[in-house]
Amino acid sequence: MSRLKISTPNQAQLTVERLYKDLERHIIASPPGLCPIDLQLSFLKTCHAQTCGKCVPCRVGILQLSHLLEDVLENRADMRTLDLIEETANNITDSADCAIGYEAAHMVLAGLDGFRDDYLYHIEHGKCSYSITQPVPCVALCPAGVDIPGYIALVGEERYADAVRLIRKDNPFPTACALICEHPCEARCRRNMIDSSVNIRGLKKMAVDNARANTVPVPQKAESTGKKIAIVGGGPGGLSAAYYLELMGHHAVVFESKSKLGGMLRYGIPNYRFPRERLEEDIEAILSTGVEVHTSVTVGNEEDTVSFEQLRKDYDAVYIAIGAHTDKKIGIDGEDSEGVISAVEMLRGIGDDNPPDFKDKRVIVVGGGNVAMDCTRSAIRLGAKSVGIAYRRRQEDMTALPEEVEGAIAEGAELYSLKAPHRIEADENGRVAAIWVEPQIIGPIDAWGRAKPVKADVELVRIPCDIVVVAIGQGIESRHFEESGIPIKRGMLDAMSESGVRDVPGVFAGGDCVTGLATVIRAIAAGKVAAANIDEYLGYHHTISCDVEIPQVTYGDKLPCGRINLCEREACERRNDFDAIEYSMTRQEAAQEAGRCLRCDHFGYGNLKGGRAAIW
Amino acid sequence: MVNLTIDNRPVSVPEGTTIMRAAASVGIMIPHLCYLEGINEIGACKVCVVEMQGKTKLITSCNNPVEEGMVLYTNSPKVRRVRRTNVELILSQHDCTCAMCVRSGNCNLQKIANDLGIIEIPYKKEVPTAPWDHSYPFIKDAGKCIKCMRCVQICDKVQDLHIWDVQNTGSRTTVDVSMNKCIEESDCSNCGQCVTHCPTGALRERNDVPEIFKALADPEKITVVQVAPAVRAAWAEQMDLPEELATEGRMVAALRQVGFDYIFDTNFSADLTIMEEAHEFLERLEEVKASGVPMFTSCCPAWVRFMKSQYPDYRSRLSSAKSPQQMFGAVAKTYFAEKIGVTPDKICCISVMPCIAKKGEAALPEMDVTGYGPDVDIVLTTRELVRLLKAEHIIPKLLGEDTFDSPLGESSGAGVIFGVTGGVMEAALRTAVAVIEGSNPNPETFSDVRGEAGRREVTYHINGVPIRTCTVSGLGNARKLMEDVRNRRVSYDFVEVMACPGGCVGGGGQPIVDGVEMASVRAPKLYDLDKRRTVRFSHENPEIKKLYADYLGKPMSEKAHKLLHV
Repeated sequence: MSRLKISTPNQAQLTVERLYKDLERHIIASPPGLCPIDLQLSFLKTCHAQTCGKCVPCRVGILQLSHLLEDVLENRADMRTLDLIEETANNITDSADCAIGYEAAHMVLAGLDGFRDDYLYHIEHGKCSYSITQPVPCVALCPAGVDIPGYIALVGEERYADAVRLIRKDNPFPTACALICEHPCEARCRRNMIDSSVNIRGLKKMAVDNARANTVPVPQKAESTGKKIAIVGGGPGGLSAAYYLELMGHHAVVFESKSKLGGMLRYGIPNYRFPRERLEEDIEAILSTGVEVHTSVTVGNEEDTVSFEQLRKDYDAVYIAIGAHTDKKIGIDGEDSEGVISAVEMLRGIGDDNPPDFKDKRVIVVGGGNVAMDCTRSAIRLGAKSVGIAYRRRQEDMTALPEEVEGAIAEGAELYSLKAPHRIEADENGRVAAIWVEPQIIGPIDAWGRAKPVKADVELVRIPCDIVVVAIGQGIESRHFEESGIPIKRGMLDAMSESGVRDVPGVFAGGDCVTGLATVIRAIAAGKVAAANIDEYLGYHHTISCDVEIPQVTYGDKLPCGRINLCEREACERRNDFDAIEYSMTRQEAAQEAGRCLRCDHFGYGNLKGGRAAIW
Repeated sequence: MVNLTIDNRPVSVPEGTTIMRAAASVGIMIPHLCYLEGINEIGACKVCVVEMQGKTKLITSCNNPVEEGMVLYTNSPKVRRVRRTNVELILSQHDCTCAMCVRSGNCNLQKIANDLGIIEIPYKKEVPTAPWDHSYPFIKDAGKCIKCMRCVQICDKVQDLHIWDVQNTGSRTTVDVSMNKCIEESDCSNCGQCVTHCPTGALRERNDVPEIFKALADPEKITVVQVAPAVRAAWAEQMDLPEELATEGRMVAALRQVGFDYIFDTNFSADLTIMEEAHEFLERLEEVKASGVPMFTSCCPAWVRFMKSQYPDYRSRLSSAKSPQQMFGAVAKTYFAEKIGVTPDKICCISVMPCIAKKGEAALPEMDVTGYGPDVDIVLTTRELVRLLKAEHIIPKLLGEDTFDSPLGESSGAGVIFGVTGGVMEAALRTAVAVIEGSNPNPETFSDVRGEAGRREVTYHINGVPIRTCTVSGLGNARKLMEDVRNRRVSYDFVEVMACPGGCVGGGGQPIVDGVEMASVRAPKLYDLDKRRTVRFSHENPEIKKLYADYLGKPMSEKAHKLLHV
């Protein structure tokens, strides 16, 4: 008789394990716009299936909570039902033995608080206020609403120029987004339900690599209206607005304070991620519409500047898209030492072909966002002896894209995680000698689900270095606009979601200067919205459309198939120069990846509500 | 051309053809339920599925185009199983009380279930319910809705009013009035196009037939019935009547058989409408020319509702003339009541209309000239008339011909064509020219305003003055027109709008023939009646002349204003 045995999962257990994974992916790909109470109920049923059945509050309480939620959904509830839900959930929280019970109840309580209005709506109206407005998940999540299934199908047929034309209907920066978009479109890609999201950005790169944007002519412009619009800022937002306004027949005049156009695309994003000549391709195409450009002209009240009031007088409308180009300070001792440099300053220098001298220096970058990674990887390329990243949380808490962090580490950066900057030590000449950091332990989860660092009970750590790059966020230079009567909210220009500025007719604002540092696609989207609403403001109803015919769907079975990721140059090679690091897909790869698209524009709800906005 | 094989038969069709049409081209009729050509091709019911050789997943044939070399089967074991199961699933949520359904015998779901021989289902029956105001001119029965989305699509794509939408999400998804409104709060025009395109009994008119029986049973009531022009072109479709017997006279005979006391004709009051509206137009012409904004017809209540909710700033541009239904009601309860020496409350005024919006129009508070209550008491749709005749076991083919009664029964050809898009315009022009030029034109002079296009523009010269006319049917076309008018992209003098595509012959109260737009079949019947009328001008209708001579004075007189205008 054996006393112990090795347990091996049986077929059923293995299947269930796989189903857990399937469900996880299903939830990731949850379509935007679902009824939160209906979802809450289905989560609750899952929780109930997990109960061991010993304790009353969990075994019976969760069941009764499900019934009560059904009552809400089936129009059988009143305000007393809500009270009873709360009471019952509290009872489970207070008395369930284990997390299966009390965490299930926590979810219900969080919902009662977080979407109470939806509970009330159901009770008062007997229906749900939610609906699915954009049926295609990738398009729904693209701020600019680019016709993603459309251009994927075109890339699949190797119609690259048509893909560029189609993208341009909603986004005049196809190259920029092909190379550096954060691709929110991929987050809820329905393909996740089968295996993983389609590599949307990779397919867009395939399009612009094979049909350079400056070789694809822009569409015909509408008849001239004689209206002139001043655009303050020649970044992605300003140029997007300028592009569409020109297509609509207006004349866009861009004022850019720096010597070259591109904004953050030039002065924020390093060449190895977005080569300058590729940026020029987008800009060249945009300018081919007739946009007038004045570089090295600042809008302000000082000498050699043009004032905002003057622009308002001289132009029929003004769009402010100045971005967020001022740096934020950490606020620690020694921050004014020689050798402390802001991320903005560093990347601007590189953008103007005047990079800082990091040769053989020891560099520490403070921060955990994408800008911090850009600084880190640029410092390596500038010949620094060593580059470290000091970050007060853990690697997985960084806001930078994981591939950026991994890329930096692969290129030789040292990650000092859980190290909060404490002070900067200077030598007798006032030059940086070291940064002192305060070790942290990761602590409680905050309201947003993020773990907070807490000071650890250990000594400060000294990291010797010659340069400290501060990359902890950016602000905007709003003073001149504030003085000119533009409202300011939390340091940002206060514009409405239609991009107009309240009580200041004819003035529109958007992009980073309104939202704070965000993504290029959001700036582009803001430019698109501004163009449409400026057109309306001027009394026109011009529309933007694209006559590219989208390939019809194919009927192949959608069998599970891995996602093709883009390859990069070897880390040991690429770290030595600023040349582009990412390769295109091969045609074979692109054909397979495009074939993974489920064509939600045709199958499912897209079919009923229209899979695309062919015109705006 | 794309070459493929369907059920072992070679098929060759143009690129872009759907599988369903490709199959139909060789006589293979794939069963379908939610599909409505050009309007609803969404593959929702999954009844029209076919199997493609070499593929696991079935394909919906209604909305997927053919591919070169594809090999398809419309009746493979898998297709048979899936088609049947999907119908069973739909039935599990459908209130299958067919014996008590207005669409029994004319229901797509009933037909497909019968065709597939489904006599029981293995699923739990869960029929949804939802509240609805049953006094509203039409009824939505959630228990019969199969969520095919046709109503959503008709209202979005054809009528451009967006009254219906998908409601709720996930498992509770259903179809309901959009923006979480109830129907009374919505901008619904009551055109009824959603009703005539519903594949089941989920949408139907309010049933007012019982009111008729009450009135007939009341010895105190004199029942006076009027029949709209377009009704005569459609009433016989589902009465088992050969074309040559489907006459106006037989329709009158059938109504006589029901037992109505007086059988009159809305064509008569259509002529009256023309008298008022043509004269009103001539009075307003100078101002119309000066403002550049046209006068719009007002006889279609769905269009009037549309105008009031969507373009309220243009309300004053509507003709003040009431619709023929309401002019009839006003005259019946005054002139006619006096003629037969009774008080208005003794008269029960009934109308038979191709329309659901007429039920709403009759109930408007301003439609009460006598102070005794509504001028029109009961409004039946053509479909309700058919049900009334069937309930009375009337078999029209066994009846002879009869004629409308006097003094509200005679009509000109101009009145007849009210039932088709362009008819009001044509009739009005016939009379307007006669008034200005002093002699009748050839009645066919204005036939250019006829046609099936959603919007037609014709300019005529009356006494040298150009009259720019525009004729529109379908509310989607009406919206485009109004946007053009508002943005001054067009300039007209007189505009006729009918809410239903093709005009009243395609009305929301007409018999339903699934998948077929019947307006173009019915319109020629009205034009034929016009041609065969001896009187072709409203102003030459002797009963109209007598009404003015004896009672109203002349068009646009004070009395006419009081009774016939709003």
